[in-house]
Amino acid sequence: MNATKGWILPAASDVAHRVDHLLFALFVVTGVTAIAIAIVIFVFCLRYRRSAQVDRSNAPANKRWLEYTWTLTPLAIFLAFFAWGAVVYAGFYGNAAGAMPVFVVGKQWMWRLEHANGRREIDQLHLPLGQKVRLVFATEDVIHSFYVPAFRIKQDAVPGRYTELTFTPTRLGTYDLHCSEYCGTDHARMGGQVVVMRPEDFARWLAGGGTRPTMAARGFETFRRLGCSGCHDSRGSVHAPDLNGIWHRVVHLQDGRTIVADEAYIRDSILLPKRDVVAGYEPIMPSFAGQVSEAEILDIIAYLKSTTPEPR
Amino acid sequence: MSAIAAPLPTVPRESFLTQGYTIGSWLGTRDHKRIAILYAISITLFFFLGGTAAAIIRLELMTPQGDVVSADTYNKLFTLHGVVMVWFFLIPSIPATLGNFLVPLMIGAKEVAFPKLNLLSWYIYVLGGIFTVAMLIAGGVDTGWTFYTPFSTMFSNTHVVLAAMGVFIVGFSSILTGLNFIVTIHRMRAPGMTWFRLPLFVWALYATSLILVLATPVLAMTLTLMVIERVLHVGIFDPALGGDPLLFQHLFWFYSHPAVYIMVLPAMGVVSELITCFARKRIFGYRFMCYAILGIAAFGFLVWGHHMFVSGQSVYAGMVFSMLSMLVAVPSAIKVFNWTATLYKGSIVFTAPMLYALGFVGLFTIGGMTGIYLATLAVDVHLTDTYFVIAHFHYIMVGGSVMAYLGGIHYWWPKVTGRRYSEAWGRVAALIIFFGFNLTFFPQYLLGYLGMPRRYHEYPPDLQVLNVLSSAGASILAVGYVLPLLYLGWSLFKGAPAGPNPWNARGLEWATDSPPPQENFREVPTVTQEPYAYDPEHPER
Repeated sequence: MNATKGWILPAASDVAHRVDHLLFALFVVTGVTAIAIAIVIFVFCLRYRRSAQVDRSNAPANKRWLEYTWTLTPLAIFLAFFAWGAVVYAGFYGNAAGAMPVFVVGKQWMWRLEHANGRREIDQLHLPLGQKVRLVFATEDVIHSFYVPAFRIKQDAVPGRYTELTFTPTRLGTYDLHCSEYCGTDHARMGGQVVVMRPEDFARWLAGGGTRPTMAARGFETFRRLGCSGCHDSRGSVHAPDLNGIWHRVVHLQDGRTIVADEAYIRDSILLPKRDVVAGYEPIMPSFAGQVSEAEILDIIAYLKSTTPEPR
Repeated sequence: MSAIAAPLPTVPRESFLTQGYTIGSWLGTRDHKRIAILYAISITLFFFLGGTAAAIIRLELMTPQGDVVSADTYNKLFTLHGVVMVWFFLIPSIPATLGNFLVPLMIGAKEVAFPKLNLLSWYIYVLGGIFTVAMLIAGGVDTGWTFYTPFSTMFSNTHVVLAAMGVFIVGFSSILTGLNFIVTIHRMRAPGMTWFRLPLFVWALYATSLILVLATPVLAMTLTLMVIERVLHVGIFDPALGGDPLLFQHLFWFYSHPAVYIMVLPAMGVVSELITCFARKRIFGYRFMCYAILGIAAFGFLVWGHHMFVSGQSVYAGMVFSMLSMLVAVPSAIKVFNWTATLYKGSIVFTAPMLYALGFVGLFTIGGMTGIYLATLAVDVHLTDTYFVIAHFHYIMVGGSVMAYLGGIHYWWPKVTGRRYSEAWGRVAALIIFFGFNLTFFPQYLLGYLGMPRRYHEYPPDLQVLNVLSSAGASILAVGYVLPLLYLGWSLFKGAPAGPNPWNARGLEWATDSPPPQENFREVPTVTQEPYAYDPEHPER
């Protein structure tokens, strides 16, 4: 169960197969074209070398139909590849319904991963075979990029925002995980393994590692410790929105916009509370930037999510 | 052709080279031809500086462990390699040397429009170079040539400001060169030299100049904002200060993608001159070639976002940039087909410049086709920031631009110096470079597909074989690059006199002495026909 075996890269996710089909098509089309061009150049060079006695009369200096042909044919082929690539790409960010969330925080020079039940890992990610996964990325410092070649997935973790990616592991095994966006001294060492397990093994693994609070429970702790609950509670003395059941609710803002309460919105509201002020409330909340880590924000989000009844 | 009747050529007694022999006569010159030589010497020094950094990088990557240099040193080496090769070699390479020398000659002018600005641009280049060397001596910079924020502004402890200053300054030399060419080509063409009688080399430099003038200021502003954030902690790019890191990437690539065309358009111009001369053919589809050049320059401004498909920009932005990137590939394909068609019914000789030109067509084709892979969204997700990208852009910039630059240097060497170089050595070097280049960079496509990220000091042991092949290729490539220094240097002193037109080439630059007199032409030439008036049935004419 090695990561890369020699010169063959395993295809270990649904995405990997789709990308490989596309790559193979590109390889065939460009390969055939390149060889054809090479043959034509070679034949011309040989046939029309200076010492060869051949007919060189009436060589054309242009042919309109030929120009149009080799303008429009590549254009059509390129646009076909564009469309194919765009469809597969859209799938990376598309339907996350039923996906198991994993939260990924990059930090010089390690990956911290957290499962919803609170199990944390560093530089290792355990995943169940055949389960759709939604990774949510954040970073504590610079830009990092989460790259698993065997899955053909890559996504930057960008300061100041969440990014995400959806895929399904389809092959048991251990695969390399790299950081692929240059991030300083130990960039090349920032990586680890992704372990794809049978679902029953994964369930056992997820439950193991001792008792610990879930992300939501930890989030609740943080929510109280930072004093959030003092205001954002139906019994609170200060006039602030009640956050019970906020998750995925449509929020009306003071400036007339509406926004869906997702991860990015909650994160922004903690760090940049003046950006999206809820209609009917004074902008009195202080920013918690610098007082709360990315991991703690993810915990708080998990807590707020848990206060919302299961959707659909 | 009778060998007896033709008098042996001699080096003319009077030429631009004989107008003063003092250092001052060079450092104070306004002659575009001498400025071209000043540039050629300076960029050659930087080429070997950048090349040395690359050599150490390849040495380090011989083994999977980081055992030659430390991780920090490695990071500084690839940054130095990128900064020096992009801004101090590739961007000025063809425009500031061959372009400076040839644009006035090719259009039948005595000078560029602004000779003093031309000299100033070289001094600005040198000043930028001094900042870069000072940065190196002070201990280097470790941000990568891309200076991505917030790493460059808030996290790196190296000499980011010095490095940015060097690049900021050298940008102004690009702008002045571009400005000079635009005005020269518009205003100073000889009688009869209409737009559609211009050699494609001039067209290519005209388009390049537009990009230089329009895009370089954006780089200057971006680097200024980056330095402001780093020094004054004004939040522009760092979200901790209220900025946006993706803004930096948009601004940076708004310059740096067009910069790719700054590097490759002049190369396309050179290759059009070489192939026509050595196939004794008119260029196939001249007008389409002109439009393709302009199309590349225009569309090149609209595709920067394809560097950011995994950066977190919106999915729809990714789709728009992917589609536009496909469009910019079309004119490149047109050019390859037209060069190929030019060979048809030609009378082809395989001189050293022709070998470089044919090498360019092959390598540029591979580089361009792998660009289609990277423009295809889902495939780019896997391949971006891996060695596949490194291989792709080295096929364009080294396999393409450097091959064409060397081809041009050989082709116009007799014109510049008045002397011939050793054709046999020239061919040997061209073949060594072609072989060494492919051995260096082809394995990197495979490494990229297998998932080796770029800028890695250490890598998984499974990938060692391909890395060793690549390093072996690099050592061959190094030999190939040193060889021309030797035989061209020899030719400078001992080469046989070339005569005004040793290749029997068309083009106004060949209608004057080699080396040309200071005023370029003894009398103003008049142009009566289209360029490339070659006849393959009578190659001697």
